[in-house]
Amino acid sequence: MKTLRFRHLLRALAIAALVLPGALPADAQSKGTIKIATQSPLSGGQSALGEGIKLGAQLGMEKFKGNLEKQGYKVELVPFDDQAKPDVGVANAKNIISDKDIMVVIGHLNSGVAIPSSEVYKEVTLAMISPANTNEKVTDRGYPNVNRVCGRDDVQGPVGGEFAATVMKAKSVYIVHDKTTYGQGVAEAFKSDVEKKGVKVLGFEGTEEKSNFDPIITPIKAKNPDLVYFGGIYDQGAPFFKQAREKGLKSKFLGPDGFDSSDLVKIAGKTVVGMYYTTAAAPTSSPAAKQFVDEFKKKFGKNPEPYAAESYVATGIAIKALESVVAGGKAPTREAVASAIRKVKYAGMTGTIEFDDKGDPKKASYYVMQVTSDNPEKWSENKEAKRLAIAAPAAKK
Amino acid sequence: MDVELLLGIFPQVLLDGITLGFMYALIALGYTMVYGVLEFINFAHSEIFIFGAFVGVELLLTFKAAGWLDLLPWVVVLVLVLLAGMAASGLLAVLVERTAYRPLRHAPRLIPLISAIGVSFFLQDTIRLAESLWRNAFNLVYPPMDALNHRFELTQTVDVSMKSLVVIVAALLMLWGLHSLVNRTKVGKAIRAVAEDQAAASLMGINVNRMISLTFLIGGAMGGGAGVLFGMQYSLINPYTGFIPGLKAFTAAVLGGIGNIPGAMLGGLLLGILEAFGASYLSLLTGGAFGAEYKDILAFSILILILIFRPKGLLGEIVRERA
Repeated sequence: MKTLRFRHLLRALAIAALVLPGALPADAQSKGTIKIATQSPLSGGQSALGEGIKLGAQLGMEKFKGNLEKQGYKVELVPFDDQAKPDVGVANAKNIISDKDIMVVIGHLNSGVAIPSSEVYKEVTLAMISPANTNEKVTDRGYPNVNRVCGRDDVQGPVGGEFAATVMKAKSVYIVHDKTTYGQGVAEAFKSDVEKKGVKVLGFEGTEEKSNFDPIITPIKAKNPDLVYFGGIYDQGAPFFKQAREKGLKSKFLGPDGFDSSDLVKIAGKTVVGMYYTTAAAPTSSPAAKQFVDEFKKKFGKNPEPYAAESYVATGIAIKALESVVAGGKAPTREAVASAIRKVKYAGMTGTIEFDDKGDPKKASYYVMQVTSDNPEKWSENKEAKRLAIAAPAAKK
Repeated sequence: MDVELLLGIFPQVLLDGITLGFMYALIALGYTMVYGVLEFINFAHSEIFIFGAFVGVELLLTFKAAGWLDLLPWVVVLVLVLLAGMAASGLLAVLVERTAYRPLRHAPRLIPLISAIGVSFFLQDTIRLAESLWRNAFNLVYPPMDALNHRFELTQTVDVSMKSLVVIVAALLMLWGLHSLVNRTKVGKAIRAVAEDQAAASLMGINVNRMISLTFLIGGAMGGGAGVLFGMQYSLINPYTGFIPGLKAFTAAVLGGIGNIPGAMLGGLLLGILEAFGASYLSLLTGGAFGAEYKDILAFSILILILIFRPKGLLGEIVRERA
């Protein structure tokens, strides 16, 4: 009897499980609302950048949503906190795809989070426009829903390599990376480029250490390279460079766009003044960018972090695509929005953006910047040392 | 392989390892003392440790804002900050014991262990909440003090920073103080009595609860002091920074023989040095096949080997007395 009753219970549960998920979204759906989600770390060590992505999207949405509202749609922003962790990003992504009103995701900050999360978006062809993910795998998978407005690590690494070899004229380099998809990826791209250019690579070291870099710095100091490259993000790289300088290392420093945050000088102070970093985020020197900075400051009371502008642009692209979809009076579908994004030609403050058939911008700009002040408030005044516009490489087969 | 390079950096690596080792030793004391008295692992100790670092940085930032940092001699600032960190962590440890462990004193040993893990999470996120409300920051940075960054060049390739010297001297003083307290004073005798047999100790007129509180106070204070030193040495702290050093210090305590004070020190030093050598030498010796990221694997493999032959830890059997 007992097993029989248990079986009844199971059957009831199974039926409930089949019926309920079908019923719930139908209840939640309210016609006429379009939601744009952001996914970025809003807590934890990289929250400064993640918060910037959210606020950039918020500003962009408030600025551009007018036309959609005239069409009778309510436009909402739904921010998610991915904590810079792949598992959290994927869990959020599952919540996002179950909310049928969400038409576009703006995110993420970390490539290691964006790649698994976009696998979930792909299940329902939910469009993602990334403001910051530079790892080549993000778009090289050729998904119809994945796009980015920034450059790629396999170009960013060589941009750094080019700068190191020809402008800094480094003869030897020591490379350290953080073992993440992003950090190691860009470090390897940098390494193979400088090797081609005849720069001697004295060491290639990965570490997850966050506090004590003494034992890693000692061999670097003994080998005394012209340049130290750190493939990683400022919350780890800043204390590394700080301790290296304090230990008496005299080499020049170079890093990828993970260092493009005012928190770098907040942590490392004057030890990183003069350091170079490559970035895909446009410096805020152009008039259009200045206007963005002013508006951002007025609304949120602080300077935009790097990638806030890219997030603003990504939101602009998303809304332009949404406008073209709802123009005919039809309710938007995720597939239609995703394919409309690929057709958008968008002139924003970071230049004209058009996507190629795998979601990379047809031409992306890369910048080499130099830290000029140990005052975090003056981060946006960093000096532009070099600028390159490079087409995305074709997908590797 | 460049033998000259390998030998050239040896003294530097050893020095860095010793600095790190003393830090582990100070944290390990908190684990080992509590184990000695209550025979359970206080997993919240890593947060008690980092709490000291936070109190230290808050005090330093306050000094800096008031302009006292350049006014007062650096030794005074250092002692004040150390004492503040020790007091705060010591009191926090006592508070944790009163609220989370004492009500479970007679429960099976796994229960307070789980309570300790809960306290650990609770403290991490409470610190995070407080810091984000108070400073709107996740990472906090110790303000640099020029006197502490001074480096003494011993040879061309070897130098020692004032910070490392401060860590070593402060750690030695704290360890010596603790050793004298436990072995030469009446209170120390009482703590040892409680460690040996709580029931008998209370029959002899010792206030067992008070001695247990005192143990937490001392262990917490050592952890708080270590937290301040950790912050000064490595400069960047966040609410989750304590976890890894805490785990390593716990390992050091087991390695030395848990419950044994000189053992914690020996274990800490050994682990610190092993780790430093692993990180510096692995990639040099293997030609880059195994890099610095394998330092913990190397250190822990050696630990496992040691524990296979000495399951009670290095000093676990020689010195019987606990506390």
